[in-house]
Parts: sequence; structure tokens; C-alpha cells
Amino acid sequence: MGAFLLRRCGQSIILLFLVSIIGFAALNLAPGGPLSQYALTPGMTQEAMQRIATQMGLNRPLPVQYFDWLSHLLRGDWGRSYRDGQPVLSIIFSHLPATLLLMCTSMVFSIAIGVWIGIQSAIKRDSPFDRFATMGAMVALSIPTFWFGLVAIYFFALKLQWLPAGNMYTVGDGSLLDVLRHLVLPVLVLTFVDVAIWSRYMRTATLEVINQDFIKTARAKGVPPRRVLLKHVVGNALLPMITLAGMQLPTILGGALVAETVFTWPGMGRLFLDSLGYSDYPVVMGLLMCSAILVLIGNLLADVITALVDPRIRPA
Amino acid sequence: MSDKFADSLPKISRRQALVYLASGTAAMALPGLFGSNVARAAMTGAAGSGGQMVVGFSQEPTVFNPLMPHIEVDDGLHFSLFDPLFGVDEKGNFTPALATEVPTQANGGISADGLNFHLKLRDGVKWHDGQPFTAEDVKFTLELLVDPNFRSWSRSGHELVRDITIVSPTEIKWRMEKPYSPYTSILAATFIIPKHGFANVQDKNTAPFNSAPIGTGPFKWQQRVPGDHIELTANKEYYGDGPKLDRLIYKYIPDLNVMYTQFVSGDIDIAGLQWISADHYDEAKKLPGKVVDVFQSATIENFAFNLARPQFQDPAVREALYYAIDKQTIIDALYYGLPKPTETYMPRQSAYFNASLPAHEFNLDKAKALLDKAGWKPGAGGIREKNGVKLSFTNSTTAGNHLREQMQQFMQQSFQEIGVEMKISNLPPAVMWGDYWMLSKFDSAIVGLNYLTGSDPDTATYMRSDAIPAQGGAGQNVFQYKNPEVDKLLAQGSAEFAPEQRKAAYLQIQSLVRKDMPFLTLFSFANVRGHKEGAENITPNINVRIDSWNANTWYWDKKA
Repeated sequence: MGAFLLRRCGQSIILLFLVSIIGFAALNLAPGGPLSQYALTPGMTQEAMQRIATQMGLNRPLPVQYFDWLSHLLRGDWGRSYRDGQPVLSIIFSHLPATLLLMCTSMVFSIAIGVWIGIQSAIKRDSPFDRFATMGAMVALSIPTFWFGLVAIYFFALKLQWLPAGNMYTVGDGSLLDVLRHLVLPVLVLTFVDVAIWSRYMRTATLEVINQDFIKTARAKGVPPRRVLLKHVVGNALLPMITLAGMQLPTILGGALVAETVFTWPGMGRLFLDSLGYSDYPVVMGLLMCSAILVLIGNLLADVITALVDPRIRPA
Repeated sequence: MSDKFADSLPKISRRQALVYLASGTAAMALPGLFGSNVARAAMTGAAGSGGQMVVGFSQEPTVFNPLMPHIEVDDGLHFSLFDPLFGVDEKGNFTPALATEVPTQANGGISADGLNFHLKLRDGVKWHDGQPFTAEDVKFTLELLVDPNFRSWSRSGHELVRDITIVSPTEIKWRMEKPYSPYTSILAATFIIPKHGFANVQDKNTAPFNSAPIGTGPFKWQQRVPGDHIELTANKEYYGDGPKLDRLIYKYIPDLNVMYTQFVSGDIDIAGLQWISADHYDEAKKLPGKVVDVFQSATIENFAFNLARPQFQDPAVREALYYAIDKQTIIDALYYGLPKPTETYMPRQSAYFNASLPAHEFNLDKAKALLDKAGWKPGAGGIREKNGVKLSFTNSTTAGNHLREQMQQFMQQSFQEIGVEMKISNLPPAVMWGDYWMLSKFDSAIVGLNYLTGSDPDTATYMRSDAIPAQGGAGQNVFQYKNPEVDKLLAQGSAEFAPEQRKAAYLQIQSLVRKDMPFLTLFSFANVRGHKEGAENITPNINVRIDSWNANTWYWDKKA
């Protein structure tokens, strides 16, 4: 196991390096740049833009800019945002709590509900419940989140006035109760979509297990159905879910981009979109690296956990 | 771990800590958190007694040093935190701020030859941190603007300043390299920053001041929650009128539909920058408890030509295209009838607006007759040509701007009817407004421009023949427009200080530009502005870039 981990870490470092080169090149080779937002400002001139670009070091050759960025990164300095001059890590950390709160809450709900629906659908295959769940999942997956969010705001915030229309808290309040009230609608929207995904995967996984010989054997031996379900079926059906959860880890960082926009949630998803929009390369690179690291960690964790719980695929 | 790393670690605010806690289930068990806002409960009823206003912005203010490159939304904040030497009101009058008097030739603030400035500054003004404001700060500001190591937003006008002399803490003088009357307007848009904010700072581009600004303005910096909002509190020691509110919140709401929803629900008090989109106007004006108005802005929608292209060198072509644009239908069908058609680049609210220019007429027959007369004969595919030049060109604008894209398609059809081929080639904003625009690589473009220099009628940067970037000039004359008479009048207008004398020059420039048509002015942008009933003094002002120019006078009328 130790050698396996060591090898995986080595590979990860090489991968991160490649990601950084590709990311950096792709960003910097794209036309436009951090200064183009100023082009239409009254009085802005080509020379002024050139002067600012020179002062920001943007007109140096690309490899020089890259190695400068990399050497700073290795020393723990992720650079400063072009937009507000703040250190990149500080910006990322300041957006992290909002996203974590939103994503973790909705993930807990969606996994719990989704897994339950998936199992019920599988064991009551083709029952009215299963058909209803399947239809519900299709609806949830086909509705654009943006539209669903706006509809939810329309009903719950504007018409019924039960819940706030957006934002993470009321400015000037900020009690836990206030944050929770603001959390309801975005979590509802996100959970609605995620439940669909989890339930579909769980249903398939359960069906696969249910038809296997060892389940038939257990049943034939007269093990109570509830025990068969909990101990043998669910335990084995959850295995592929670990991989799925591992893959979900980096999406936490990306945040629920659409939900964050509709509900004006100050999280990472919007930070990423804004930073791209302003060609704020240092922040985009910072987010890209964080995301890459999380993908690697997520996969590694999934592998390790799967190996721990499933002796069949434990590496030699 | 290096110092740099420690530097990048965030300071966790109380609210963030709360959120971290809330993310963990353990926090759920702490009942004390429910009463955590004791300190904030006192926000109404205190001195000033004005409560708070929440302004929604669709872009996030991120540049707090007003001398660094920034966009208009940042200005929104600067007006609350800082003061210029003098400002400009909605009627275009200069009003004293940190200077006791607006310098003119009449009061001796500017010498008769326009070369020497002499300003008296207000006594007893304090920075938000309690330090006194003096002439040193003004000198520091003017010098920083042209400091080669500083990422200065704009040096235009400031480059002409020489020999700054501090006469006393409340008196300052300098000399100008040449007389330049727009400088008064430039100064009115230049916020003064404190010298002591940069003491012992190595790189002024990354000074701590830039993220925790200290001003003399009506509101003080309280805190910023990145990606969410910025909170300001009343500066109780403000020397001027107000502030009448205790707190002012600038809230970032990136999506215009969402901003409108929050305006309807009352989460925001003022729908600030990007305002309310035109398609919501009919509904918005019927909302109970809200005030919604349409205001014509200083930004003009143009059909811009690149005059270096052979198709556009014949004035008859430009005129024919103008005849072939059905302005009124575009305004009514696409823009809900809100914008106003215009014949000039000067905003109609300006004292320099030329109201006597010939009115546009939509007339395809006249357009055809004009082209026929000029010798543009229909060729292959019905497209006109003359001397081997086909009357065919591309038109570009920002991709994704649906209304403009529809406008282009509409124009394309009318142009086709007069034998002109227009191909649409739109680009993402970062590409469109880069070299493609700046270095005149387009054939024609649809663009919204504010031509003025602050509140000044000077438009030299867009029209002078030596301001063509594609020909190595310094400026924004991307149309490649050249008219010696316009050059002469522009020089005359910017060297003259008395408004009455300047007016003649600028009226004349407008009629020359209307005749030459380096761009076709379509209409002035209309902004639908909305705020809650009872929010007073939310006054639009075309002379500044954003509505919060007078936030010091904003207040809640309790009777409303």
C-alpha cells in the first residue's frame, strides 16, 4: 500500500506540472487580456494600455512569465489578483466558506435522499414508486438549474414571501438562523438536481448486486430480507458510489456556478467565472491548481477507500 | 513557510468564522449563535439616524485606489470614500470640495494665460484615520499620477503639470506646460488620496491602502466581503453636507434578472449600475413602493466606420447608409422605445449640445439615388461597385449582446435593399475591444461610446487627426477621421477657458462631424433607474460615470 501511495503521489506531481503549463498557455494565448475591460473607457488610449501592461509585466515573453509564476508558487506565493491586488490564496480562502457551506449541505441531503430513492427503486423495480422516481429524475435533470432557481425565487420569495430571494445573509444580521433561511432555496435547487444523479447511479448499482449469486444464496439460506438488503445489497452497491463521491470532490471547489449566480451566493463558482471574465490570470491559475489537486486527491481517496473496503481490488 | 505565504492567509472575519462553524454540524448545537448580532442591532436610531441603504451593482468593485486602472463601478465607491478638489453636479456646474473655490480665470485661480493654477484648500479637513488633510496630499496625488513606477489610471492632463509648490498647508500652486481647459474637468474626476497612506511602502501598486482605503469622503471603509458586498459607515467628521445615512452597502449581484428580482423583493434599495433592463421597464414602473424613471445617458450608440477602408472613403456611401437605417423602428421594436435618437455625439443634457443639426431621415429611395449619382452601380449579385471596389463590408460588435445582434440583422436587410452587402462578424468583448478596435482592424462596428473628457466637451482623443492609433497617434481616433478644420477647432476649444467662447467651437465641430459622418450616431443610451420610495436625492448625473456621485446627500424620507 505504501509503495502504491508513493507512486501515485509521484505521478500526481508530474500531472500537476503538466496541468499548470497547459492552463497557463491556454489562458495567456487567448486573445484579449486583463486590460481589455478598460478599452472603451473615455480617454483610454493604446499607449496608456501599453504602459500599464509593461508595469504589470504582461508584455514579457510567455515562458518568462510562466517560470516567474512557478518559482513564486513553489515558494508558497500564489501571486496577486490583477483585479484587486489581493494575494490569490487570500481570495480563494475568502470565497471558500460560502461554497463549502452550500455544497456540503446540499451534498449531505442529496446523497442521503438519492441513495434511499435509488435502493427503493431497485428493489421495487417497475413499481409506481420506481416509475415516479425515474420520471422525477428525468425532469430534474432536464430542467435548467437557472430556470428552476428563478421559479423557486418567484414562488417562495416574491409570491409567498417565505424565504429571501438570494444572498447568503442579510447585511447587518448574519445570525445562524438568518444564514440558514438564506440557505434553504439554493440547497433545495441543488439537492433536487443531485438527488436525481445519485438515485440513478444507486438504482443501477443496486440492481446489479441484487441479481448476483451471493444474494440468491443468502436468500435461499433464509436470511431475513431486511438483513440481506442492508448487509449484502447496500454494502456492495455503495462501492461504486465511493468513486462517484471521489469525483464529486473537485466539483465542490467549482461550486454550483449557476446556483451561486441565481442566488447571489459569494462562492468559488462565481469567483471562477468573474476571474475568467476579467482575465484575472493569477486567480484563474490558482483555482485551476486547487481544482487539479482536488481531482487527484479525490481519485486517490476513492481508490484507497475502495481498496480498503473491497479486498478483491486491493493492489498487490 | 515563507512570509509570503503567511501574507496570503486570510483574516477570518466574525461572519466567516460563523460560516465555517455552521458548515460543521457541531455548530448547530451552539444556541448562543442565534443572538450573535447584538452589535449590529444598534444600527438605527444613532446620531445621523439615517439607517442604511443597499445599492445593487452588477459588477464587483475591486479597485479601491482611485488612481489605479478601474472601471465605472469602482467609481461608485470612490465617490463615497474620497473627495476631489472640486466636483461637478448634474447641471454641469463645478462645486468646491477639498478646495474652497473652483479655480477660474475670473477668480484668479487660473492665470489669464491659463498656465498657472493657484488653489486654496479647505482647513480642518481630516482623513478617516484622523490625520489632517493638507496641500502635501494634493501634491502627492498629482505626482503619483505620473510616477513611472505606479500603475496610473490616466495621465492625460496631469502630464502637463510642472513645478508644484506648496505655499502653506492650505495653499498650492503649479504651472501648466500649455493652456489646457479640459484639465478643470479632469481634476473634478481626480480623487485626492493621503500621502501618509503610502509612507514606508515600497511598491505603491500593492500598498495596504489599496485594500483598506482611507479618504476624506462622507463614508468610511468598514469591511469588504469579496464576491458579496462592501460596507461603509458614516464619517461623522465629514466637512461637507451629510452623510445622512449611518451605513451604505454596495452589493454585488452579477445577473441583471436576479438584480431586478432583488429590487422587486426589496433586498436592495437602489438598482445601481446596469440598472433595470429595458424589458422590465413596463412591469417595474407599476411596482408598488418603487420609483422608476428613464434617464438618457451620456453614452451614444454608434455605427462606426473605419474610414481607411476604400468602401467608406466616399462621403456619399456613408450618407446613403445613414438614410438606410430605420432608427425609429430599431428604437421602438428592439429597445422598447426608451432611447432617444440623436444626431450628435454630445449628450443632450450638455450645455454644448448642438440642437440645430439636420434630422435623420429613413429613406431607401434617397439612399439609392445618392449611390447612383455617386457612380456606385449594381454589379454581381446586385451588390454595388465602383472602380473595382465592392460595396461590401463586415460589421462587428460584442458577441452575445442580443439586442445589438438583432439590430445588425435588421440593418443588414435594409442595406441589402439598396445594394450594399454587410456581413456580420461579432467577437467576444476581450477580443473586440482589444487591438481589433484600438488599431482599426474592423470595417465597421457598433459601439456605445461616451466621447467626453469627464464633463468637458473636449473630444480631441476621438477626433483629432494625430490621435489615430493605427497610424501611430496617441488617442482613440479608431475611425481614422481627419479634418483639418476639426483639428483647428479642437485645439482652439481646449486652449480657451470661457464657456461662452468655447461653445462656438464645439457647436461647429458637431456640425462638421454630422456632415463628415465618421460614425453614424444612432441614439443615446436610456437607463431605467429604480429605487425604493423614500430614498431621496438619487439623482442621475451625466457628468460623472455613476449615480453615487452625491451619496453624501442620500437619505430616507420617513414619511414616504
